[in-house]
Amino acid sequence: MNIQMLVEAWLAMGANKLRTFLTMLGMMIGVGAVVLMLAIGQGAQYVVDQSIASMGSNLFIILSGSTTSGGMRMGSGASPSLTVADADALAELPDIAAVAPASPDSAQVVYGASNWSTRIYGTTSAYLEVRDWHLSAGTPFTDSDVRAATRVALLGQTVVDNLFGDENPVNKTIRIKQSPYLVVGVLAAKGQSLDGRDQDDTILVPITTAQRKLFGNQFQGAVRFIMAQARSADVMDAAERSMNELLRQRHHIPPGGDDDFSIRNLTALANTAADATRAMSAMLGAIASISLLVGGIGIMNIMLVSVTERTREIGIRIAIGARQKDILLQFLLEAIIISIAGCTVGVVLGIAGAIIINQMADTAVVITGSSVIMAFMVASAVGIFFGFYPARKAARLKPIDALRYQ
Amino acid sequence: MTAPVIHIERLHKNYETAAGSVPVLKGIDLSINAGEFVAIMGPSGSGKSTFMNILGCLDEPTTGRYLLNGSDVRSLNGDALARLRNQVIGFVFQGFNLLPRADLASNVALPLLYCNEKKHARLMRAHAMLDRVGLGQHASAHPNEISGGQQQRVAIARALINHPKLILADEPTGNLDTKTGDEIMSLFKQLNQEDGITIVLVTHEPDIALYAHRLVKFVDGLITYDGAVMAAHT
Repeated sequence: MNIQMLVEAWLAMGANKLRTFLTMLGMMIGVGAVVLMLAIGQGAQYVVDQSIASMGSNLFIILSGSTTSGGMRMGSGASPSLTVADADALAELPDIAAVAPASPDSAQVVYGASNWSTRIYGTTSAYLEVRDWHLSAGTPFTDSDVRAATRVALLGQTVVDNLFGDENPVNKTIRIKQSPYLVVGVLAAKGQSLDGRDQDDTILVPITTAQRKLFGNQFQGAVRFIMAQARSADVMDAAERSMNELLRQRHHIPPGGDDDFSIRNLTALANTAADATRAMSAMLGAIASISLLVGGIGIMNIMLVSVTERTREIGIRIAIGARQKDILLQFLLEAIIISIAGCTVGVVLGIAGAIIINQMADTAVVITGSSVIMAFMVASAVGIFFGFYPARKAARLKPIDALRYQ
Repeated sequence: MTAPVIHIERLHKNYETAAGSVPVLKGIDLSINAGEFVAIMGPSGSGKSTFMNILGCLDEPTTGRYLLNGSDVRSLNGDALARLRNQVIGFVFQGFNLLPRADLASNVALPLLYCNEKKHARLMRAHAMLDRVGLGQHASAHPNEISGGQQQRVAIARALINHPKLILADEPTGNLDTKTGDEIMSLFKQLNQEDGITIVLVTHEPDIALYAHRLVKFVDGLITYDGAVMAAHT
């Protein structure tokens, strides 16, 4: 290729600046829209992926069943059918890595002059393992704390922020329902869950402490739900079946009888959510691509006009020795320059738009190099594709017709 | 005797129109040797412009043989024909046909763009050629800034840039006044005598035809006269 060809293309574009700009504008908007939509889609995906990662992996939640009282069904968790003993039994299953029973309830928490209402989970130390939750300070409570029902607590980051501010909460004493609890550790921040709840607005205490001292319990050892983690993603189905069998056996449910508990595969639910986000993100990209296509058609339109206008020039070039491929290249170069220049500005506009949306609407946006490169390559391809037909039309002009054209 | 630059046998050209096939050239035989200066005359519609286009490989004959510089143009593909137009033929048109956006040097250098000459060499040669036609000081002017006669000189410089064997000029003085026309014709005469370039020129004006050595008259698609130029014949 020849530098002079580029110069010629540049001059031709400069000869009609407004038209060149308007043609580029179509490309700019198309590419800008694609970059922006990909940024928003990938932002949403990032949020979902973070939530999934914060949930823990290969996770089941087992809820106690519903009760029927005077013809009114009370919903999952109403019947206290699950117990700590069930959790201990589930932990013995070969496909299960860890099991944590949990009894949540709400209470007011006080430290000094501050107070805060939060969700308090009575559970075991296995809960941290199941949820893949680490401590940012202090140590977890132990099995002996659970056995002895000691008044110890692990605080979520939101609780720490609201009660302690900048103060280090470890080894401080907080009051939950007037009783003193020793803060032994702080849970690392996890952010939002899939359904948008703040996972850090929580306190963990030993389940025995919660049942015997904090909230009391109508039924000895009953828990609201049990979380179980399978050994690997491959054994999820087998683990679900064996847990179901074991619990039916332990609850003395005859064959054909209804379960008094329900097992949910949280990981599968999360993957469904992730798939939905991915689909949404792809759809946003696809819709934006339509504007890119329209931009490309704009290029073709203008190039066709340009070829017609410059028929005589093409004739002159052919008469002095331009080959078909020289003419083809000349017009193709113009289309490519327009699409690449429009694309460059479009990428900048798209990124700027994403940053503005991020600042104004507090929406997560993620701009990856690969999405920018992809937008760039698609736009160039669109320019070449839509530039090719007019360029070929120019190259195939009969010299005699082109020269005679007025 | 040198080999003919142009050798044509039984050449026919029909134009296909909606009303049917219209014959424009009805059997032309013509040979032009290297170094000749030929004027072609004839009334409008006699087929002389069509003939020039065929000579310049811009159009192809319907039947017949055309050997240009010894090779049969029918056997050549598009790239080879482009090469002939680039290297062997120089065109000069009635309407000058310069590119309005490009300066004079770029216009003259344009054919070199299609034979992979380096940029520096292109401009050097273009300037040298502009000097030769007396427009060296206007190299960076644009075609609309100079007179018609000057524009035709630029077009001639462009035709000469690749040292062609043959110059085809289609009414080169048709848009010029008599004085300027004479200047252009003197330039052609000089190119023919000093550089030995073969020139074929179409004209309506008898005075212009007098610059040539040989006259070919077209009437109704046939050659009716082929011989020496004499005032009486023009």
